[in-house]
Amino acid sequence: MPRDYIPILIFVVVAAAFPIVTLLVAKLIRPSAPGKTKLEAYECGIAPETDTRGRYSIRFYLVAILFVIFDVETIFLLPWAIQFDALGLFGLIEMLVFLAILIVGYVWLFRQRALKWA
Amino acid sequence: MDAILFSAADFHVLKPVILLCLFGCGILITDAFLIRNRADRWKNAIPALAAQVAVAASLVQHLGDVRSGGAFSGLNGSMQVDGFAVFFNWLFVLAASLAIVISARYMGAEGEHRGEFYALLLFAQAGMSVMAAGYDLVVLFIGLETMALSFYVLVGFLRDTRRSNEAALKYLILGAFSSGLLAYGFSILYGISGSTNLGEIAKAVAARSEGDLALFLALITCSVGLLFKIAAAPFHMWAPDVYEGAPTPVTAYVSVASKAASFALMLRIFLTAFESAAEAWMPLLGAIALVTMTIGNFAAVTQTNVKRMLAYSSIAHAGYILLGLVAGNETGLRGVAVYLLAYVFMNYGAFALVAALRREGEAAEDIDDFNGLYHRAPGYTILLAIFMLSLTGIPPLAGFYGKYFIFLAILREGYYLVAVFAAIYVAVSAFYYFRLIRACWLLEEGEQQKPAQLDMNFGTRAALVACALLTLLIGIYPQPFIDLAGESVLAALR
Repeated sequence: MPRDYIPILIFVVVAAAFPIVTLLVAKLIRPSAPGKTKLEAYECGIAPETDTRGRYSIRFYLVAILFVIFDVETIFLLPWAIQFDALGLFGLIEMLVFLAILIVGYVWLFRQRALKWA
Repeated sequence: MDAILFSAADFHVLKPVILLCLFGCGILITDAFLIRNRADRWKNAIPALAAQVAVAASLVQHLGDVRSGGAFSGLNGSMQVDGFAVFFNWLFVLAASLAIVISARYMGAEGEHRGEFYALLLFAQAGMSVMAAGYDLVVLFIGLETMALSFYVLVGFLRDTRRSNEAALKYLILGAFSSGLLAYGFSILYGISGSTNLGEIAKAVAARSEGDLALFLALITCSVGLLFKIAAAPFHMWAPDVYEGAPTPVTAYVSVASKAASFALMLRIFLTAFESAAEAWMPLLGAIALVTMTIGNFAAVTQTNVKRMLAYSSIAHAGYILLGLVAGNETGLRGVAVYLLAYVFMNYGAFALVAALRREGEAAEDIDDFNGLYHRAPGYTILLAIFMLSLTGIPPLAGFYGKYFIFLAILREGYYLVAVFAAIYVAVSAFYYFRLIRACWLLEEGEQQKPAQLDMNFGTRAALVACALLTLLIGIYPQPFIDLAGESVLAALR
């Protein structure tokens, strides 16, 4: 039994060795000329102006959570839509129950003015 | 495709859970559309109590079916309604009703009275109901998380109170950690047996040899996860902070209902899945129970805040209840059930009185705040004395019978040393319970009588009197309650 796992062990060793060997070889053959400009953000970004851990409105957080909820809703709707024929009436009712629960949450949020940006 | 159909039998099994979810969602909607004034918020308690009545009705149906035709299961065997599930569901109905009744005034005094509060109480109860009736690891875990997620929000419900926020964060982090451990244990159990059904797992565990490493690992991770939930030492550190910071009705609900639900889960898993490995877990849980009683009782002695004192005392009670499981015989498990039933009433009574002392702008949670309470509210102080004596375990009160059966059970199994220690700790616990009683009656020289008044409404009064009457009733005429508890235990042992 343990012999069956030897390929996995070999895979782990190869996976670990690959970056180590690459970095070592690169270090050996490349010229070394450190400079301040080399540490600056180049085409992949702009230099930060302020502290990145600033405060921002909690509304962003709320919007993110709402997005996740309705995102998950779509994720559940998609497989149901694909298997619509196979699931039949049972699937339809089940999905309506699921949507009803989400709509209760949506109505509640709306009445709590959680969606109002002011 | 017939297999996935939701049959009438499945509906019958799930009925309490469905009712709770429907009423919970209904409260969210009615609160949003019908209740306009802040002063009318207490009306949300009405549908919440109606939900309890509806659940109670479906439980009566369940009990009738179980008595006439034995246990029945639904949803492809992932839920099982038996005496055990019905008994624990009764406990949750009682605990939730009392929490709702106490909350109406308390949350108003805190200025955080909202419809969601009642909806979350019901959602938590739905999770607990699933925990009591679940017979499948995935279903049990979903029930546990439904309960826990609702409780995280309920504990932090006082948004402007720092301690409440701190309690919620601590509860969330430690709760997530323990759930993770439990899920890890469940995954190993699945690996051992290839099934998530508890019956199948029990067969696979029984087929394993003694001292099997995978089984041992599953046992340890499951135990640690569950011991976190019941707040047994050394996994109890979250309890005092959470109990102190949470709104008092929620503290009562967490300490009674969440503990009962976690014990239901624990009994279910240990008495089915791990039954054949009993020799491995009995000494482990026995040691944990002793440590829990030691830490709970001695830490409670040093507390000056009543809610913290009750938190440590509830840790100590978890130790006693664990002893019933350690003894493992029918008497011990009957003791667990009787203990949890008595604990609902005596603990709720104590917390309801602490909640009644709460007024706007004043916490009034220290033992000093009870000084001379007898002279201002003699009737309620006598009730407080009843609850404290019952928590100590003095006959003829409810708490006595829980301890009686558990001591009887461990003596029958021959654990004399454990019994001696448990008895000594009862004496220690008498010290801190009696200290509160003493503060109410006696004022020593130099001690100030505090102006704190009991602020009652009809609901709190009714809850207090009901708790006191039932504490007395179980103590004086315990037979029907013992029979009911025995019935539930036999179902779990089967």
